[in-house]
Amino acid sequence: MTITSPGEHSASQGASPQTPRPGTPRGPEAPFLRHGASATTDGSTEGTRSAGAVPDLRYTDAEEQLRAVVRDLLADRSPLTAVLARVDAGEADDVPLWHTLAADLGCAGLLIDESHGGAGASYREAAVVAEETGKAAACIPYLTSAVMATTALLGTGDADLLGGLASGRLTAALAVGFATMAPPPGAARSWPVRVGQPDERDGTGIVRLSGTVSGVAGALAADVLLLPGDGVPFGLYAVDATAAGVTRTPLVSLDATRPLADVTLDRAPGRQVATGEDAARAVAAALTAGAGVLASELFGVAEQCLGMTVSYVKERRQFARPVGSFQAVKHRLADVWVAVTQARAAARYAAACLATGDPDTPVAVALAKAASGDAAVLAAQECVQLHGGIGFTWEHPAHLLLKRAKSGSMALGTSDRHRAALAALVDLPPPPGN
Amino acid sequence: MLTEADQAAGLRQQVREFLAGHDPAAMPRLEFLRARFDAGLAWVHYPAGLGGQGLPRSFQAAVDAEFVAAGAPDNNPARIGIGLGMAAPTILAYGSEEQQQRWLRPLWTGEEVWCQLFSEPGAGSDLAGLATRAVRVKGDGEAGGGASWRATGQKVWTSIAHAARWGLLLARTDPDVPKHAGLTYFGLDMDQPGVEVRPLRQLTGEAEFNEVFLTDAMVPDTDRIGGIGEGWRVAQATLMNERIAIGGGALPREGGMVSLAAAAWREHPEARTPGLHDRLIRLWADAEVARLAGARLRQQLAAGTPGPEGSAAKLVFARLNQELSAFELELAGAAGLTYDDWTLRRPESLSFFGRGPGYRYLRSRGNSIEGGTSEILRNIIAERVLGLPAEPRTDTRVAWKDLPR
Repeated sequence: MTITSPGEHSASQGASPQTPRPGTPRGPEAPFLRHGASATTDGSTEGTRSAGAVPDLRYTDAEEQLRAVVRDLLADRSPLTAVLARVDAGEADDVPLWHTLAADLGCAGLLIDESHGGAGASYREAAVVAEETGKAAACIPYLTSAVMATTALLGTGDADLLGGLASGRLTAALAVGFATMAPPPGAARSWPVRVGQPDERDGTGIVRLSGTVSGVAGALAADVLLLPGDGVPFGLYAVDATAAGVTRTPLVSLDATRPLADVTLDRAPGRQVATGEDAARAVAAALTAGAGVLASELFGVAEQCLGMTVSYVKERRQFARPVGSFQAVKHRLADVWVAVTQARAAARYAAACLATGDPDTPVAVALAKAASGDAAVLAAQECVQLHGGIGFTWEHPAHLLLKRAKSGSMALGTSDRHRAALAALVDLPPPPGN
Repeated sequence: MLTEADQAAGLRQQVREFLAGHDPAAMPRLEFLRARFDAGLAWVHYPAGLGGQGLPRSFQAAVDAEFVAAGAPDNNPARIGIGLGMAAPTILAYGSEEQQQRWLRPLWTGEEVWCQLFSEPGAGSDLAGLATRAVRVKGDGEAGGGASWRATGQKVWTSIAHAARWGLLLARTDPDVPKHAGLTYFGLDMDQPGVEVRPLRQLTGEAEFNEVFLTDAMVPDTDRIGGIGEGWRVAQATLMNERIAIGGGALPREGGMVSLAAAAWREHPEARTPGLHDRLIRLWADAEVARLAGARLRQQLAAGTPGPEGSAAKLVFARLNQELSAFELELAGAAGLTYDDWTLRRPESLSFFGRGPGYRYLRSRGNSIEGGTSEILRNIIAERVLGLPAEPRTDTRVAWKDLPR
């Protein structure tokens, strides 16, 4: 699978003049989000490099500036104690925080072209924001709206939706179960929503959709649901989340910071935004980019767990010495640090491949999702273990990160499924008959 | 200001001009290598006058490629790896100007092989506890008033000592101070009666390494590298370079040990099982991610902003080599129950290729021991990278001679 639209998009933006667009809502930090300043800097011959050559995996200065802005916002508005209070109160989605990040800082429009009001940045920048949302276990629909739903729409050129998303006025969700993994190219795949005939009074282009999609992330926060609908031809449909015939039923999620819902449609009105192969590509691109950017989020979770644990074992004293001075503890944390350094490289590679539409993107995403998912789970489990008793309590935020890590590692394809996909991509076939 | 591309092109032009005046096909190998050194084209990141031009290390590849293309002889880098990778950076950092002039040229041309005399039977991970003594004595005939040192002790795990002219010797010169403070670093002439080299046979059957017995071996004080009592600091430079060398360089995707495992998997469908498949995919993915992490580290180094990630490389590399070779051996089935050769051989360099999977399985056991055990590396990561407190110790403040042994 190739993700053509984002690649063309960022390449064209790299050459465009950096003139501000009047009328685009931006905070004072918005210039960091402009893509021209953050193109890869190693001068590598992108597009002509041979498979296996490695693009720049470091963070650019512009990416670090973007990170600082997002980190400051999250530290101010969403410390882990506040996330815990929010979870306790059953108010998972932090709407004001999301509005600030999406609209005021322009993070909702990172992947969207400037002609639609976006920042014209790339998956490299989007992944840096995801690292920070992971570290903070932030309760915002960034991954589901600004990455997945946005990616699904990028190829459609749907100005209304892209403009709404870029400005932060609209929040969208791809209504696909959060456990779903991008299908291999050309694979037949059935979706649970059926396309039916329009009502007599429906306008042109409207169809009626019926069916239930289970376990959708970001659906409760969304204004617009994007539904892959089976029918002839297969299509991707935009549905007003508040329309008659749409029911969103919250689930009790393992990760309460990212609430899931079942979405049930009973002849809900849908507008086709892509059809046939275009629609299939849009859905696959969204799932692939989602998994790739989720890898960066999970890397952020891992880094946060490591940092919290290191701080704690330096302070916590038993046997008249810091527990972090015991070799049994040190060695476990050294192993976590190694896993984190490896995951960072893999996640950066996936982001770089997504940013340029590199043909190696499927390999990069599979590697990154598996490596970062495993690193996050390791780091979060060690975080709970090395905090000892306090780490097992509800009052300590370690469990928020553990649940975010474990849930994220299973979402959009488990590590095992991504490795199985990798095996097919790099010609390591299973035993005959398996 | 010249761009990097301009500088690289200029260097390539220098090589071509050098080759025009020095035909590798018409010159004795050694003369050619000496001339290359004198022209500053040996290692361009070394200073002018010492085989280089003070350029970034990244330019070396362009120079090497030009010489290879011209069919020029090389300095057999695998054979002199310890000299190039450990002795030379140490001499450059801590050696006197006279020592640099005396040692670096024959080191680079391969005329003089170097070995490393650090580990001892009683000093492995606890290297600073070593017991080889160097005692200051009057110099031979006291010419120029120069003093000498007389060294006695036993060193172990010494690669290539049987071919070496020089040894990097770490010895105790003051037993009355705490252990780290009483060490001094020397370049030891191996070609003397007080130095005996014996092969040390290892569990693979061969003897890559040696034991070196020093009995009143003489070292002129002019061959001391760094100050008296500063040996530990000098040795850190050597060891850091050793770990970089062991961590490995740039490889293509599926390069190195994973290539053997993947090739065997593809060639033998009858040997495949679900369990082995799962292990292979995990190892392949881990190897590829480690390759990306290595590439990222080199990008940081090239930009002058090295991170601490290098400490992870050797840990990961050791584990992957061990697990990949174990995988390969199991995949081989009945053939895995055999071994290619137990003969006591004396290889001059280490290669995992060209031998069977049994050899790779056994040799890779050493990867998590040599050059700093994986346990010591985890301590280093925990204390130096993560900043965790050191374990309480009883051995660093008392005189070395008073430590329990």
